[in-house]
Amino acid sequence: MTDTETKRYTRADFQSDQEVRWCPGCGDYTILASMQTFLAEVGLDREKVVFVSGIGCSSRFPYYMSTYGFHGIHGRAPAIASGIALANPGLSVWVITGDGDALSIGGNHIIHAMRRNLNIKVLLFNNQIYGLTKGQFSPTSEFGKRTKSSPSGALGRPFNPVSLALGAEATFVARTIDMDRPHTIEVLRRAYQHRGAAFIEIYQNCNVFNDKAFAELTGKEDRLANRINLQHGKPVVFGPNQERGVVLGASGARIVDVAEVGLEALHVHDEHAPDPSAAFALSRLSHGPHGPTPMGVFRDVQRSLYEDDLQRQVSDAQGGRGPADLTELIRQTGTWTIN
Amino acid sequence: MPDETPTLEQESVDHVRIRFAGDSGDGMQLAGARFTDASAIFGNDLATLPSYPAEIRAPAGTIAGVSSFQVHIADSDILTPGDNPDVLVAMNPAALRANLADLAPAGTIVVNRDAFDERNLERAGYTTNPLRDGSLRGYTVIEVPMEEMTREAVKDTGITGRGVLRSKNFFALGLMIWMFSRPLEPTLEWIKATFAKDEAVMRANEAALRAGYNFGLNTEQFRHTYQVRPAKLKPGVHANVTGNQTVAWGLVAAAQAARLPLLYSSYPITPASDILHELSRYQRLGVRTFQAEDEIAAIGVALGASFGGNLGVTGTSGPGLALKSETMSLAVMTELPLLIIDVQRGGPSTGLPTKTEQADLLMALYGRHGEAPLPVLAIASPGDAFGTMIEAARIALKYMTPVIVLSDGYIANSAEPWLLPNLDALPDISVPFVTGPNSDGKFMPYLRDAQTLARGWAVPGTPGLEHRVGGLEKEDVTGAVSYTPANHEKMVLLRERKIAGIADDIPAVVVDADEGADLLVVGWGSTYPAISAGVRQARGRGAKVARAHLRHLNPFPRNLGEVLRRYRQVLVPELNRGHLARLLRAEFLVDAIGMSKVQGMPFKTFEIEEKIVEMTRP
Repeated sequence: MTDTETKRYTRADFQSDQEVRWCPGCGDYTILASMQTFLAEVGLDREKVVFVSGIGCSSRFPYYMSTYGFHGIHGRAPAIASGIALANPGLSVWVITGDGDALSIGGNHIIHAMRRNLNIKVLLFNNQIYGLTKGQFSPTSEFGKRTKSSPSGALGRPFNPVSLALGAEATFVARTIDMDRPHTIEVLRRAYQHRGAAFIEIYQNCNVFNDKAFAELTGKEDRLANRINLQHGKPVVFGPNQERGVVLGASGARIVDVAEVGLEALHVHDEHAPDPSAAFALSRLSHGPHGPTPMGVFRDVQRSLYEDDLQRQVSDAQGGRGPADLTELIRQTGTWTIN
Repeated sequence: MPDETPTLEQESVDHVRIRFAGDSGDGMQLAGARFTDASAIFGNDLATLPSYPAEIRAPAGTIAGVSSFQVHIADSDILTPGDNPDVLVAMNPAALRANLADLAPAGTIVVNRDAFDERNLERAGYTTNPLRDGSLRGYTVIEVPMEEMTREAVKDTGITGRGVLRSKNFFALGLMIWMFSRPLEPTLEWIKATFAKDEAVMRANEAALRAGYNFGLNTEQFRHTYQVRPAKLKPGVHANVTGNQTVAWGLVAAAQAARLPLLYSSYPITPASDILHELSRYQRLGVRTFQAEDEIAAIGVALGASFGGNLGVTGTSGPGLALKSETMSLAVMTELPLLIIDVQRGGPSTGLPTKTEQADLLMALYGRHGEAPLPVLAIASPGDAFGTMIEAARIALKYMTPVIVLSDGYIANSAEPWLLPNLDALPDISVPFVTGPNSDGKFMPYLRDAQTLARGWAVPGTPGLEHRVGGLEKEDVTGAVSYTPANHEKMVLLRERKIAGIADDIPAVVVDADEGADLLVVGWGSTYPAISAGVRQARGRGAKVARAHLRHLNPFPRNLGEVLRRYRQVLVPELNRGHLARLLRAEFLVDAIGMSKVQGMPFKTFEIEEKIVEMTRP
């Protein structure tokens, strides 16, 4: 999609007639608005867009979009979306999921969707809590979190979703945050432009069950101190005066004062690095998030699309002759004729 | 014939049952399948029963590791692989011990004498050698030094080491081909085609096959050979088929008849995997397969493909059907076409993964949360699978519903000759997609056809018909999410009526009845051959009996209740603890009597025959 193309849509064109029923103040409203704005800007035809979701607060998303939509069952949205993408590779297929939906009950599907590299875009709304079921800890809740189902504190270490996606060798991995609409829209655009599976973690505030989980990235001063905005081809720096930076060593990524090590020593971010190790190291800088946290595109590499590879196999098998004949195939297995 | 015609006396028999048995590494399935194909091409009617352990390689030489393949060949129409083999080929002591009890009285045993050493005897649990201790008196025992002969036969083929004895199944096969006067050519051609890439193996197998054949020809152990003349099958082109094969072909034909792309999405599971294997080879027909990460993903992908406008199909076996249950309910709620094939096996849990059973019927009908009725069909035999798949697809598309098709391990792996239908005359089962507004310039996704109650199928990519489906209850007509109490009840009843109404669109059940019969035998699925043969035998003994076999298990054919009430007694033989019997009693208030067998094996003809004779005794 080019910038010169005429915009034919407005945000309202992507709003469905259903009343939006998230809690007042929920971060989901902002993400919904960002998505509708993005689709209008990019000028996608409504009929070519499909939103697929699982179960959870975020999974109501498809009902609020005026595109095609499939509200599936818990954790299985990547499977349903894969089927849709296989049936019609011309569609723009988006999976809306949450931390419980994608990483707990649907963990298996998410890693395989990334591994296969079908052209589906996964938006993981991470609020680090189960909202729809009213406040149990999730696989991204911090260790020791006290919730209804963990009054003495949650056990087991949380997943870092970006690390997980990189481990599954997703071809596109990014992170954004609900409050920052321009950043969200830019990340959505990048995911859309990427040909292949995309994984986007969106920090999303649940003001009812887990309020201010992302405060370290939202308050004006905290934001300046902690947000590491990844930029391709640039040294990784952050802080109010860009005075801090990231170096990569044998033991991973490390925060340094730029003045101490010099600008040349800093890690230069390469979205297109074929090996995901550097991106993985960056993803390990922050959990929670606490302290300096990378935001933006971690990885954007090209790999052949599953559906293209499949179509190529079918075309090769047909060798330009079109579909073979079933009768012929059965006869080749060995038949005999009785007169 | 490449070799001279046997000069021995030929005894003509109308049918014979042969069982190849050996260690699971001995290649008995292959030997049996090749013998079957040679007989099919020769023109016999036939039926087969493969049986193999769940372990890929159970400990060598043990009873647990025995694999067998029974084939029944005849000069007339036969239905079953036969109860007791006339000839047992035993490649080792364990194979003899595991199968001897089944051998017909005065049957023939062909043993691989070289395997009867102390170690193998001990592994099989023999304390004395049955070839020497007189325990086989009453049988005709033919001892053949198969390993020695195989070794000798392959010595100039370039095969060495452990590979040498791998050809001994071909030696046994060659001997049986001679004994039953089959032509050698089809097997020789098959060896050439199959082992083309490894010439030493090809030559060794060919040499062993010929050596086995010639051994029969030249030794004096055999008094005569047998001749089973070609059967009078219906005119036309025949293929020797297994059920998994015909399910695959039926799906391809169904997609063509529906004018839809076929997407088969599955996760490997015995005994359904061969459907996936078969369809994976059909890319040149435009078939696409998807091996999913698990059973749940497999059906999710199939359902997504259906939403996207494909014929979405998934296949599995019992444990997998359980895992797919939640998505089947979603398919019921979203009212999308979807085929689910369940190749039943012995359960519960992993159970008897390579053996057959019919114990998933109640799960297929009721194994979902909420009120989630869907059509259920059952395949009666390998040849029946083809038409059943087309019928299942027809219902799924016309009524916008998931459909379960029940097969089982016996149908999946057993073989029978099948008269190819005319594929140019397939019925048109296509259902047009909705392409424009259907209600005052708008698209109402849950607006129903007045007659079928099916909703319209509008696929993503169609301008102006953008809509959302999902698991939440839908408002009638508009498809908007609705929690209204009255609407939920209305929708539950609508979905129920839609499925129940299919009864008007399926054939009435046909009864094969004797005049004056007061016993009706009702079956479904793979019991078809045993019940038919049992009824035939009982009639031969003077019993008056009626027989009906159900393809449609939900909804039942309209006339079923009336048919059941015509008879004083109703017998329902099933490889489970009485699923259909329970359904018939509940639905029609008839005193259906169950006849149960859960041994992982099909009914034997005589079991059905005896029961009928007993129930019809004056």
